[in-house]
Amino acid sequence: MSAADTVNLSSVLLSGGQVALVLAGAPLLVGLMRQVRARLDGREGAGIWQPWRDLRKLLRKTRIAPEGTGPAFRVAPLLAVACTAMAAAVVPLISTRTGLGPGADLIAVVALLTLAAAALALAGLDTGTAFGGMGASREMTITALAEPTILMAVFALGTRVGSTNLPQIVTAGVQHGGRLASPASLLAAFALGVVVLAETGRLPVDNPATHLELTMVHEAMVLEYAGPDLALVELGAAMRLTVLLGLWASLFAPWGIATATGPAALALGLGVLVGKLALLAVLLAAGEVFMAKLRLFRVPELLAGSFLLSVLAVTASFFLT
Amino acid sequence: MISLLRKIRAAGRVAEPAPPRPAPLPAPVAQRARDLRGSAQVRCVDAGSCNGCEIEIGQAFSPVYDAERYGARVVPSPRHADVLLVTGPVTVNMAGPLRSAYEAMASPSLVIGVGDCAIDCGVFAGGYGVHGPVGDVVPVDLQVPGCPPRPDQIVEALRRVTGR
Amino acid sequence: MNLVGSALAVAAGSAGGAALAAVVLPTRLRVVAVGALNALMGAAGALAGGAALAGESFAAHLPVLLPLAGVYVGVDALSGLFMAVAGAVVLAAGVYQIGYARHAGGGRGAQALWPLFAFSLLLVPAAASVSTLLVAWELMAASSLLLVVSGHRGGGDSVRSAGVWYAVMTHLGLVAILTGLVWLAAAAHSETFAGITASAPGLSPLVRGGVFVLVLIGFGSKAGVVPLHAWLPRAHPEAPSHVSALMSAAMVNLGVYGLVRVGLDLLGGGARWWWLTVLILGALMAVYGILQAAVTSDLKRLLAYSTVENLGLVLLGVGAAGAFHDSGHDELAALALAAALLHTVTHAAFKTLLFLSAGSVLHATGTRDLDELGGLRTRMPVTSGLFALGALGAAALPGGAGFPSEWLLLQSLIHGLAVPGITVVVVLPIAVGAVALSAGLAVATFVKAVGTGFLAKPRTQAAEQAHEAPVSMLVGMGMAALVCAGLALLPGAAGAALRRVVAGSLPGSGAAVTGGVAGRLSALGSTLSPLWVVAGTLALVLVLRGLLRMVARAPSRAAVLWDCGAPPPTARMQYTATSFAEPLQRVFDEVLAPESDLDVTPHAESAYLVERVAYSRAVPDRIEHRLYNPVIHTVRRAGMTARALANGSVHRYLGYGFTAVVLLLVVLAAAQ
Repeated sequence: MSAADTVNLSSVLLSGGQVALVLAGAPLLVGLMRQVRARLDGREGAGIWQPWRDLRKLLRKTRIAPEGTGPAFRVAPLLAVACTAMAAAVVPLISTRTGLGPGADLIAVVALLTLAAAALALAGLDTGTAFGGMGASREMTITALAEPTILMAVFALGTRVGSTNLPQIVTAGVQHGGRLASPASLLAAFALGVVVLAETGRLPVDNPATHLELTMVHEAMVLEYAGPDLALVELGAAMRLTVLLGLWASLFAPWGIATATGPAALALGLGVLVGKLALLAVLLAAGEVFMAKLRLFRVPELLAGSFLLSVLAVTASFFLT
Repeated sequence: MISLLRKIRAAGRVAEPAPPRPAPLPAPVAQRARDLRGSAQVRCVDAGSCNGCEIEIGQAFSPVYDAERYGARVVPSPRHADVLLVTGPVTVNMAGPLRSAYEAMASPSLVIGVGDCAIDCGVFAGGYGVHGPVGDVVPVDLQVPGCPPRPDQIVEALRRVTGR
Repeated sequence: MNLVGSALAVAAGSAGGAALAAVVLPTRLRVVAVGALNALMGAAGALAGGAALAGESFAAHLPVLLPLAGVYVGVDALSGLFMAVAGAVVLAAGVYQIGYARHAGGGRGAQALWPLFAFSLLLVPAAASVSTLLVAWELMAASSLLLVVSGHRGGGDSVRSAGVWYAVMTHLGLVAILTGLVWLAAAAHSETFAGITASAPGLSPLVRGGVFVLVLIGFGSKAGVVPLHAWLPRAHPEAPSHVSALMSAAMVNLGVYGLVRVGLDLLGGGARWWWLTVLILGALMAVYGILQAAVTSDLKRLLAYSTVENLGLVLLGVGAAGAFHDSGHDELAALALAAALLHTVTHAAFKTLLFLSAGSVLHATGTRDLDELGGLRTRMPVTSGLFALGALGAAALPGGAGFPSEWLLLQSLIHGLAVPGITVVVVLPIAVGAVALSAGLAVATFVKAVGTGFLAKPRTQAAEQAHEAPVSMLVGMGMAALVCAGLALLPGAAGAALRRVVAGSLPGSGAAVTGGVAGRLSALGSTLSPLWVVAGTLALVLVLRGLLRMVARAPSRAAVLWDCGAPPPTARMQYTATSFAEPLQRVFDEVLAPESDLDVTPHAESAYLVERVAYSRAVPDRIEHRLYNPVIHTVRRAGMTARALANGSVHRYLGYGFTAVVLLLVVLAAAQ
């Protein structure tokens, strides 16, 4: 066991800090995106704090246990948030020295996020309503096609570094910035970008603002949740978006991530992270204004395209190094 | 895409400036709506309306009136909702569904009757398919009169709930 | 005689005892006695395998048992691994059988055959000569065939057709293995494995290549290599579940064993094209298997196709190991082989659990059609929980047994860059794509299995009246579940044993997989601690729950499901397994080629009024359709034609004989 394997207090605290940051910041990110969209629509917007107001209110409402639902329905929101939080603890968002660095890698992050989606799909099926099943079926179809793309992108990035552990990949990115512009990296960035949209239920895959049954994916699945459970589901979705955007930023724009433990480096890492996430969120929200939602059965074509790109990325990482 | 961008720039802000904050809710309702301050998710139920009120509700959430800036948002399920916006006289066939929509909401929850029909069945009073006003089926906390009410009146009712 | 030998002797004794007890004891006593003796055999087998994994080896020659050659038994670490897996599966299935035999497979004959089948699974890896291996292989094939057809009395056509398919495929496989190994033995002038290993390097590439292709066909058909997999999704569902568990978790592994033993051990690795072929076949199996599993609604057929998928992943690893070995990257080869073997073990663990739970469902409801199940969660909570654990493993998600082994497999492929050559560069990305795609589809498949089979509301009366399985079945399933959990959390504990196996099969390989009881796997630059991941996630669940308790203090209340204002939703409105898989099926329309049939009957009075609409859809195995049907048709036509030759006339047969003798004489004369 090398020195990097020893888990010390500061790195665990760092992981905890990242989890807390994502937990607190994710609703703000969603609020920011809604605000940007509102402004582009010519509206005033509810302000970036609105998601937090929604969550606060939901937490104070009564919890509803629909009849016929069981443990899968009750545990799923908790598990989804916990898995996403775990992913947030592993991904080097602020610093590469997170406590779980050697214990979990990029593949584990992908698997954790998939587990969160699977838990919610099971909850949707557990209600036994037509909408629950419909949402679960659609969500799982999208996940089944999105997960391979992420794994391939992981592979393209890991091949070059010879490791799938995130600190190594990110450190390599920081030290050899030129590599980020290599064909493999660019292809992987594009493929992963498409998948981030699919996995977080954004346009053009799913419309977070739609309430029409026939077009809902994510929302159909969680139609039965109320009060605090719904708060968890919404928090989980927001955290998923934040973690995936953060992951994307860490992999393809790793500048500013602290590699040392000094307070100055950490503060810089924090500031840069917030800036990067805000920038990505603004771009994403602005982009959505120009897009229409794809028909459900056109979505696989999009995902297959991004899968192909990620296969190309792997091939490129073999050929052009 | 460029043309859309140009249009966005030309249109600028279309939301009308916010009117002054409306009067607070009456005391008993305010007590129950305490936890809904700042955020109210809305579920619309058409209990038999002529669709006039629906058009105005749609306007209330349009960019011009922009009810969302006060923390109100339309949601797809009464489970997610805090406020039930009910329009129209309650028809015989809609009485049951309206009741079950009300029961599906997690408390605290409010019911807003929108339009004259919701208050006293309006011109439909005494019709063979009409069950009665909304108040006969579920307890109504706030009423928005008008046939149909203007969007700003609907927005005002929602603002009284969110207190913004 | 050391521990391995004595444990094997105990296993042989209890297998014989179980078979004897099945024949002579009265019914009530029989079930318990046979189950207990089977469990003892399994425990002894697992012990023997475990001892071999710990470094002991054993060899014996029993000349009296088999005429001419005698029986050679030899157990090394590689045999030990497969023996330990088979023994553990036999142990769990043996205990399970006590309760299950009352439902199916409880006839005297079936009960007597089961121990023979189980013992043959221990014997195949222990064989140390060609003839011993072939005899054990045929014992395994024949006993399992009889067990498949013993399945359900009155099972009708499906059982019969499964039996025929299995009989033909398994014996064609045997012919290939027989030809290959006998050729090898003849060329090497020895039929013991030791002798072959010694003279293998001197053989000509033609012999080596030919032998490898033949054993690849033979062992591959047992492992379910596409397109030789056709028997697998037929035979596994029709067999009683404690037989399917043995077949799916232990028997198919022996195909992998045979390939590793002959290809890597006896022939000492070989040309690169051997292993790239194995790798490509593995990738094909992985994707095709899981795709079929994703769209089927038969629970046991789903599991059988998932076996094809997982064996595909294993073969992918074996192929990668061979290719790396060939190019001199022994450390990488060791990692790939270790990943493949670990996946064999984890697959055996979760597949045992899943097949036993499926048997418990079948036992309780009489159906294995997911569309007719649902709502089992409240009626059989333990089975449902255990199935969910197995499904977590099969979906390769954190907390599941399959996660660490698939992780290790990906790690070995990620370093493929080190291997030069254009073929590798083309093949490896495709292989990784196959692994990734199968991982994604596996999640959807098992969400479907759990969600539509066990959650929600029962869709038929059979599901409504389901009941929990008897204790013995639950204990058998529980044993498999414990192994699953152990492998999911502490896969590193298997590190030492894997190292020994790999070092034995790939001489000169370094220690690529490290890990200990601390539970961290490390593989050439990457590390993973499944224990940390799971513990961290569970801790976060608890913390969140605590926080939620503090913040959300409002009381909870029950409510009816939100029905959109319509009358209450009935069970028929639920999504079934078929409807759940519909989008996926549509996405892979081109590959799966589903057949649907829509039949609209108009009303007698008007063509515009519809009286009845009948819709049916089936997703047939396309490879089977395209590849086998023409062959079967040709054979059948040839048979019909040949019939004209045999019309029953003695004169004509005498004429045939006369002609043949004359022709023979002419040939002989010409040869002189």
